[in-house]
Amino acid sequence: MDQVIRLSHGSGGEASRRLVEEIVHTYLDNDVIRRLDDSAVLVLEPGRIAFTTDSYVVDPIFFPGGDIGGLAVNGTVNDLSMVGASPVAITLSLILEEGLPLASLRRILESVRAASAEAGVPVVGGDTKVVGKGSADLVFVNTSGIGVVPAGVDISSSNASPGDVVILSGSIGDHGIAVLSKRQGIDFETDLVSDTAPLNGLVAAMLGVTNSIHAMRDPTRGGLASTLNEIAERSGVGIVVEESAVPVRPAVAEACELLGLDVFYVANEGKLVAFVPAEEANAVLGVMRGTRYGEGSSAIGRVVGDHPGMVVLNTSVGGRRILSPLSGELLPRIC
Amino acid sequence: MKFASEFRDPALVRTITLNLRKACRGRWKLMEFCGTHTVAIFRYGLRSLLPENLILVSGPGCPVCVTPKAELDRAIYLSGLDSSVIATYGDLVKVPGSEMSLAEKRARGADVRVVYSSYDAVALAERLPDKRVFFVAIGFETTAPSTAAAVIRAEALGLRNFFVLSLHKRTPPVLEALLKRGTSVEGFVCPGHVSAIIGAAPFEPVASHWRRPCVVSGFEPSDVLQALLMLVRQLEDGRSEVEVEYARGVPYHGNRNALKLMDQVFTVTASEWRGLGEVEASGLRLREAFSPFDASAFIDRDIVSLPDPPGCRCGDVLRGDISPSECALFRKNCTPENPVGPCMVSSEGSCATHYLYGDR
Amino acid sequence: MCLAIPALIVEKHGNLAKASIGAVLREISLELIDRPADVGDYVLLHAGFAIHKIEKEEAEETLRIMREVLE
Repeated sequence: MDQVIRLSHGSGGEASRRLVEEIVHTYLDNDVIRRLDDSAVLVLEPGRIAFTTDSYVVDPIFFPGGDIGGLAVNGTVNDLSMVGASPVAITLSLILEEGLPLASLRRILESVRAASAEAGVPVVGGDTKVVGKGSADLVFVNTSGIGVVPAGVDISSSNASPGDVVILSGSIGDHGIAVLSKRQGIDFETDLVSDTAPLNGLVAAMLGVTNSIHAMRDPTRGGLASTLNEIAERSGVGIVVEESAVPVRPAVAEACELLGLDVFYVANEGKLVAFVPAEEANAVLGVMRGTRYGEGSSAIGRVVGDHPGMVVLNTSVGGRRILSPLSGELLPRIC
Repeated sequence: MKFASEFRDPALVRTITLNLRKACRGRWKLMEFCGTHTVAIFRYGLRSLLPENLILVSGPGCPVCVTPKAELDRAIYLSGLDSSVIATYGDLVKVPGSEMSLAEKRARGADVRVVYSSYDAVALAERLPDKRVFFVAIGFETTAPSTAAAVIRAEALGLRNFFVLSLHKRTPPVLEALLKRGTSVEGFVCPGHVSAIIGAAPFEPVASHWRRPCVVSGFEPSDVLQALLMLVRQLEDGRSEVEVEYARGVPYHGNRNALKLMDQVFTVTASEWRGLGEVEASGLRLREAFSPFDASAFIDRDIVSLPDPPGCRCGDVLRGDISPSECALFRKNCTPENPVGPCMVSSEGSCATHYLYGDR
Repeated sequence: MCLAIPALIVEKHGNLAKASIGAVLREISLELIDRPADVGDYVLLHAGFAIHKIEKEEAEETLRIMREVLE
């Protein structure tokens, strides 16, 4: 076989078949996907179905701590988890740029396999297309996911309520800085890695101690500030955050200083922020801290009735400022 | 972070805040000139700590904000040339020219890259011998020496495909222009890193002739508050001097080495500032000897810029005459998503910081 | 308009150096500074260049002044 992806690999003919059988199925192998039917047929437990989709166009496709494949699987597993759903299955669609080295594709698929195995969520179907050189940035990925929401769970961005405690599952800024550190023109050395991780285990643990999580999201693009603003806006409440309670790894803080970035706007891929009634907060925090991806959990603020739609930060030196949503792209600055 | 964390100590900030409240008897209006100060003040929520009778306005020290559209249009013109690569700091990429920003040009196929250092732009030219790399150099005197170093390096490497479009501006002339025009500001928090290069001495005419005290300030929360304290004490005492709060960063007579390098590569020229018009001796352009590296040579036509949109009051905001919320477009037609003027585009522009961080 | 941060020189080769701001490292140029700086010294880092060498005594003096409580 060729060492790079060619247009023929996406055309549905012999080359496509060989790509799927010899490459894709080396990494993605289960009863359902082996059937190679036009659709995956699944049996789901009765209940509300959660259904989500996301596309991934991250650049660079390989970054410290991960790559676009693992990122995509974890991202979709997490989107399901954020509404309290137990993920059942995901699909994987690839749009490959002509000329992509086969070795890169293998690396990405191995990453998909490993992420799927860790989360315990199989890839039950997918699709591969190839586009001409220049029409994609090496690889674009789409994952869709399906899950089941247990009875009694009602988690939504519009459910946050005054008095709720805001809990963050760990340090912010790790993913965005890991990715930026590899971008041409702003190289710096750090052993920071992306925090991409599946959070379904963490969420299951939380739901094991309470059914009353009001709101929950993973603060991906736009960072923690954007996510908090969305919830404040949709729930019609104000949020007050204590800057000194927000965990930030020293290397992330330093990189943000170097580039003139505000860590509250830097993307995260393995973190969640949950809004729980005050009386449940300690129990939830306790169980989170006992999990692999929640050991750095911290109560970072409260929901208030004042200033609805607005997020206020009590700064580390005793001042106050408003944490607005991100506008446009986060760019490094020298001034 | 050493030499930073100590200056962010909440207890220290509390001490200085109390001192400031005690010292500030009269009503005073001060200006922080530098965009990085504007960001630091908002980031740490320092306005919420100031006494009621101390007013702080933001001045024209944001190089992005004061770059007139015509200069941006020149950079955008270069991005449309064959085999051109634009290398610039992140600050400039989103600023709208007459038609679009460099970011939007990039979306339409132009090769626009963000660099962290001028040397990265030189390295780009080395790596891409078939391309013409145009380094769009913005910034004040803090940054100009690094552009000078890049030009000298390009020359030493014998590069024929590296060019600089100098949009550098100088600080003291614009302070003078502001004062000549008339301003109600009574004292200035002066830019600490500009002064790391030029020293504190160039601000002496502001203090002696224009009778406005100047304190050269660092950027940590305790630095800014201490500088405000020093200014207030001068005003309460009836003094008008240049003082340096940022002793660890500022040699009174400047960095002679960096100044020499700047002088070798650049010559002073008149330059236009948004909101202030043309200011004598306020810009830097490449000297004749370095004309092979001057990107201006590629701009072979007059670039006509569209006038500023009606209602845009960036000029008034930049001079400290109005606060962002007094502009009718603020938050309505002019937001960071859809900026009308540069004060909203630049992350350290007054309007963007007011929008993001809130008033008080 | 001047984002510069204190950085520690951990390696030096002529006018180039490796500077650390904690756990993050970056290659920087020393050619702009006025007074010589060596491994173990702190400099102000701006856009990949050291623009000033920080003297510990000056920093400590500023802290001492700041800590004074006024009447």
